Amino acid sequence: MNATSAYWEHFEHSADIGVRGVGRSPAEAFEQAALALTAIVTDPDSVAARTRVPIECQEADLELLFVDWLNAVIYEMATRQLLFARYTVRIDGPLLKAEAQGEPIELQRHRPVVEIKGATYTELKVQQRPDGLWIAQCVVDV
Amino acid sequence: MDLKRLEKQSDYRWQIPQSVAMRVPGLLFASEPLLREMDDKVYEQLVNVAQLPGIVGAACAMPDAHWGYGFPIGGVAAFDPEAGGVVSAGGVGFDISCGVRLLHTGLMYAEVLAQQAALAEALYLQVPAGLGSRGRLHLSDRQMDDMLQGGAQWAVAQGYGEAADLERIEEHGCMAGADPSQISQRAKTRQRDEMGTLGSGNHYLEVQRVVAIYDQQAAAAFGLFPDQVKVSIHCGSRGLGHQIGTEFLKKMAVSAKNFGITLPDRELACAPLDSTLGQAYLGAMRGGINCALANREIITHLTRQAFAQLFPQAELPLLYDVSHNTCKEEWHTVKGEKRRLFVHRKGATRAWGPGHPELPEDLRAVGQPVLIGGTMGTSSYVLAGVSSGDSLAWDSACHGAGRRMSRRQATKQWRGEAVIANLRERGIIVRSPSLRGVAEEAPDAYKDVTDVVDAAEHAGLAKRVARLEPIICIKG
Repeated sequence: MNATSAYWEHFEHSADIGVRGVGRSPAEAFEQAALALTAIVTDPDSVAARTRVPIECQEADLELLFVDWLNAVIYEMATRQLLFARYTVRIDGPLLKAEAQGEPIELQRHRPVVEIKGATYTELKVQQRPDGLWIAQCVVDV
Repeated sequence: MDLKRLEKQSDYRWQIPQSVAMRVPGLLFASEPLLREMDDKVYEQLVNVAQLPGIVGAACAMPDAHWGYGFPIGGVAAFDPEAGGVVSAGGVGFDISCGVRLLHTGLMYAEVLAQQAALAEALYLQVPAGLGSRGRLHLSDRQMDDMLQGGAQWAVAQGYGEAADLERIEEHGCMAGADPSQISQRAKTRQRDEMGTLGSGNHYLEVQRVVAIYDQQAAAAFGLFPDQVKVSIHCGSRGLGHQIGTEFLKKMAVSAKNFGITLPDRELACAPLDSTLGQAYLGAMRGGINCALANREIITHLTRQAFAQLFPQAELPLLYDVSHNTCKEEWHTVKGEKRRLFVHRKGATRAWGPGHPELPEDLRAVGQPVLIGGTMGTSSYVLAGVSSGDSLAWDSACHGAGRRMSRRQATKQWRGEAVIANLRERGIIVRSPSLRGVAEEAPDAYKDVTDVVDAAEHAGLAKRVARLEPIICIKG
């Protein structure tokens, strides 16, 4: 994996699963972590970016903002029955403005694995690594 | 877990000595092998819970305890409002009032076996399961508030379920003190299409066969006899509970410092019971309990419809319904004195002993049925409460097997098709919309529920009454 590129991954938790996004800025790390969220449910590559949903959150603490962001994505997935393939995030002080792009869940095609209940404060971290990249992570309750 | 850090009180009771920061000791109810396998995080989390204001007695862990959010899953803690006690959203969890109910069918194993595949199909079509499934019931704002106030009593009044069910549900099917005005519109919107749905993850509907009886008298009182067929339903308050949990966790985390509460872990977010926020959460959480009770009642109705297609004469009365993610106001005896406490059970089942006044009359002599969920391939158990009111772990017992392996490890190890084929060979039909979901829930990803139940019995939390094995599993 190219150390300078943005990426996402899952990490272990005994009952649930952790999401981790890495990027050149907190915003990019947030985008990647949200892709890790999609990947809990289905393969993000199987989702088309056909529908756009605007998402806004406000919170001064960057870590709490991260959990708010994931929970806002979870809410839109649950209430609109959408899966998201792409996220664009801008963070300006306490304000997060984002757009999530995706499509309605198709059970046959997406074969959704599990429903996400909420993002938690367990293993919550938003910080800059020594290599300059930002990391945003927490455990998600499924 | 390193046993050297624990003081052994008996083979099944181990104490975490009280450090300076802790207000009470920690208490683990488990066998030595279960403790050795238990995550160190359970130790850390009990130590943290023991530091919360107003905690009484001990921070307890059940034999199936594992790493949770703030509180361990399998954690029990009681708080006294008169002593600055708190209520914690993390101590209840995201799936408010997740629980298990067990229905009789009046059918014997051989009768059901002859229709096994058809019954699996009927249940799978009738009960919405898995992500993306929607209920057939859509509530208006007014109906939503009525449901949040009324729980299973509301469901029965709407024609879902039967009046006789209510006596066999904790709180008679309706949690008092629910306040729908404390539940956000977002939480209600998230529930709009989810009434009468099973959800996903470890939730299930199983048709089970009674395979062993351990206590003849209690089994007879519960109506459990060898080779009978029962139905077990495991699910909770769906999107509404998840959203209430999410929102109050944050509210409590950001206001803790205003209440002068130092949180050893942000996930332990809590508020004083007598604060506006504490009361708001209790009102919302009780609405979440009612949502779960209504949901399980509606699913029961759907189950009865599915059975009626194949067994028109069958009746499916409810044995009992328990919730294992709650905070409830209860009276307990502490050092000879009756005290009003708020007992958090996070992945733990209330287990009233014989004679408890809140038990239905016909169960009072033997104690409360305690329903322990297993996995798709192993056993489920029915236990009975044994407490004589001395408030051992606040009359609580375990709730299930508990995961041994993470979801990620499980999908690396097994494929859904193989898990289903393997269970089929053992006579179990699994129906699920997601093969990866089945792999994540593979039976061997869980601890042996038998060890957990044995430990609960030896620790004096509850006694074994019967063991059941699945024959059909509808997995969300």
